[in-house]
Amino acid sequence: MSDQAFVRTEMLPEKEPPASTVGIVGWLRENLFSGWFNSILTVVALGFIYYVLSGLVPWVFQSVWNADSLNECREIMTETWGSTHGHACWGVVNERWLQLLYGFYPDHLYWRVNLALVLTLVALAPVLFAEQSPRQLWYLTAAYPFLMPWLLWGGSIWGPIMVAAGFAIGYLGYRILVPVAGGLVAIIAAFALPIIWWLFLAGGVAGAIDSVIPIGIEAVESRKFGGFMLAVLLGIVAIGCSLPIGIVLALGRQSDLFIVKTLCVGFIEFIRGVPLITLLFVASLLLNLFLPPGTNFDIILRVMIMMTLFAAAYMAEVIRGGLAALPKGQYEGADSLGLNYWQAQRLIIMPQALKISIPGIVSTFIGIFKDTTLVSIIGLFDVIGLSNAIRADTAWNGIYWELFAFIAFLFFIVCFSMSRYSMYLERKLHTGH
Amino acid sequence: MSELMTDREIDRSKMHVSDNVAIEITNMNKWYGSFHVLRDINLTVNEGERIVIAGPSGSGKSTLIRCINRLEEHQQGSIVVDGTELTSDLKNIDKIRSEVGMCFQHFNLFPHLTILENCTLAPIWVRKTPRKEAEETAMHFLEKVKIPEQADKYPGQLSGGQQQRVAIARSLCMRPRIMLFDEPTSALDPEMIKEVLDTMIELAEEGMTMLCVTHEMGFARQVANRVIFMDAGQIVEQNEPEEFFNNPKSDRTKLFLSQILGH
Ligand SMILES: Nc1ncnc2c1ncn2[C@@H]1O[C@H](COP(=O)(O)OP(=O)(O)O)[C@@H](O)[C@H]1O
Ligand SMILES: [Mg+2]
Repeated sequence: MSDQAFVRTEMLPEKEPPASTVGIVGWLRENLFSGWFNSILTVVALGFIYYVLSGLVPWVFQSVWNADSLNECREIMTETWGSTHGHACWGVVNERWLQLLYGFYPDHLYWRVNLALVLTLVALAPVLFAEQSPRQLWYLTAAYPFLMPWLLWGGSIWGPIMVAAGFAIGYLGYRILVPVAGGLVAIIAAFALPIIWWLFLAGGVAGAIDSVIPIGIEAVESRKFGGFMLAVLLGIVAIGCSLPIGIVLALGRQSDLFIVKTLCVGFIEFIRGVPLITLLFVASLLLNLFLPPGTNFDIILRVMIMMTLFAAAYMAEVIRGGLAALPKGQYEGADSLGLNYWQAQRLIIMPQALKISIPGIVSTFIGIFKDTTLVSIIGLFDVIGLSNAIRADTAWNGIYWELFAFIAFLFFIVCFSMSRYSMYLERKLHTGH
Repeated sequence: MSELMTDREIDRSKMHVSDNVAIEITNMNKWYGSFHVLRDINLTVNEGERIVIAGPSGSGKSTLIRCINRLEEHQQGSIVVDGTELTSDLKNIDKIRSEVGMCFQHFNLFPHLTILENCTLAPIWVRKTPRKEAEETAMHFLEKVKIPEQADKYPGQLSGGQQQRVAIARSLCMRPRIMLFDEPTSALDPEMIKEVLDTMIELAEEGMTMLCVTHEMGFARQVANRVIFMDAGQIVEQNEPEEFFNNPKSDRTKLFLSQILGH
């Protein structure tokens, strides 16, 4: 025993780590050349990257910007580099970029689209960066759902105001009925009153007021909408509406009420089981069979509804994953303090469930945004639809890569921003574990 | 499982049991599906009582105290807390929950809120206390559990013992008349157990009505005025701590005590 006894008399001082593990050399060693297998992989990967870039970079940068047709492009290429191979013809983008962005929107009204975009960014600020934004911005955010469509479609100001009035009517009905008729009746009224208002009264009232006080801007028809602007518009609506609907569906799916639960599960499973294209065809063709003849149910509105429902079903499942990941103790903690169901959901459960689900939620956002290109199939001129139309022009017949590269670039900017924002948000919400 | 937990003298001046009934459980039965987990429970707790509930794992201790604030629903018999009977009436449940504080084995703090926010949340939303007042109360109780300097941190940044003390402070902010503890020290390292028990002793010294499920028999001896032994969903024996430990009547109790105190 005694030869194993040991008492330390002096504590060891702290030492610098070995030089080979710090600095650039250390980083290279650790990350790229940590063993013979890793070193081979690194060399092969570098070779591959070089191969791709050596083709891509000249294609992008040794290119023709000023040309009115593909043939002119080719002539210039042959003159300058002796071959048409390996050089991009950005002339098409140069000539048609406004159309790719705005579709057939009247060009003297482009400012309205631009203003709507600025408005979107400003209205988003308090949502995305709550702490850094002034509180007054929330008023703008609240007005945004009515302002933005008015800017884009134009027409009388009274239309959007009457739509907004529907929400006020629902709220007032609820407040008035709660003390008189009880919670359930009031909730039903809060949904029923606005719907009655919108369906039967709002149009008439708006028309009446407009004939007395006509305030409005030039109207733009839905079929003029197109290009990247359409993708952004559909994306914003589907993303903005699918999150709240998804939350409600996810909660409904967890509900103890059998009917509510069954309805939510049925809805989610049905929508997820059907391709988006089918839903879009339903929106564009089949609905006409069911609607009374002569009803004018805007095609873009129909598509928006379908995309929102589609995204909401996926969102509900993503959020359900977040809910399932929360320990039961969180519900018990909230219950034991006397918080009611909605308080517990809003203050304790949802903030955490949504935080857990951020990666999934943002993936769904990105997915639905890219899926907006599917509307070209039902004849809307989004960017893909337009690129086909441009190719149908004899001047640009046969041009593919340049158009798709440009479209890809547009989508990449938006999707990459969303992805970066979600990483920022995750970091911001990280509170230890 | 430690025998001794506090070296200081316990101040018993305010620790008296009143004649008012705080909790009255009569012929209560509970099933999980077809599993009869609580059988014919009869228990009266007076105001100011400090009751320790002991018993082997799975005997239904947690289920019993969770029935008292309706985290679990009982199917037969009655539970009356502070004169309000627990039925499926949500109003009664909310009322009772806001009067009964509860601490859990795993603290159940809200990780996305700071310590201060954890403590002010329920007063603000349930009691409708103005934020400023709620924050003052919260700081008062955080000082009491000796961690006011952690108020702006998040639960994840605190040690287990500190988290449990925050959980106690969070309950106290609702000014409860009764406190329930479900194995509050079981998830803690030995050195942290003492700080949590000390906090609980201080509560007892102030005359709080307490029901504690715990294996800390030292705490039971020194603080409890009654120890309840449960096995297989039933109350097998209850007595004053002295009698309970020195002179257990039932064989099950003897076996349990020899296992928990022996070795
Ligand atoms: N939610 C539940 N569903 C079914 N059985 C449960 C549930 N919770 C606890 N039980 C069972 O009930 C019994 C008592 O559990 P519990 O009250 O947690 O015991 P204790 O706290 O004394 O260890 C155990 O056998 C346990 O397996
Ligand atoms: Mg237990």
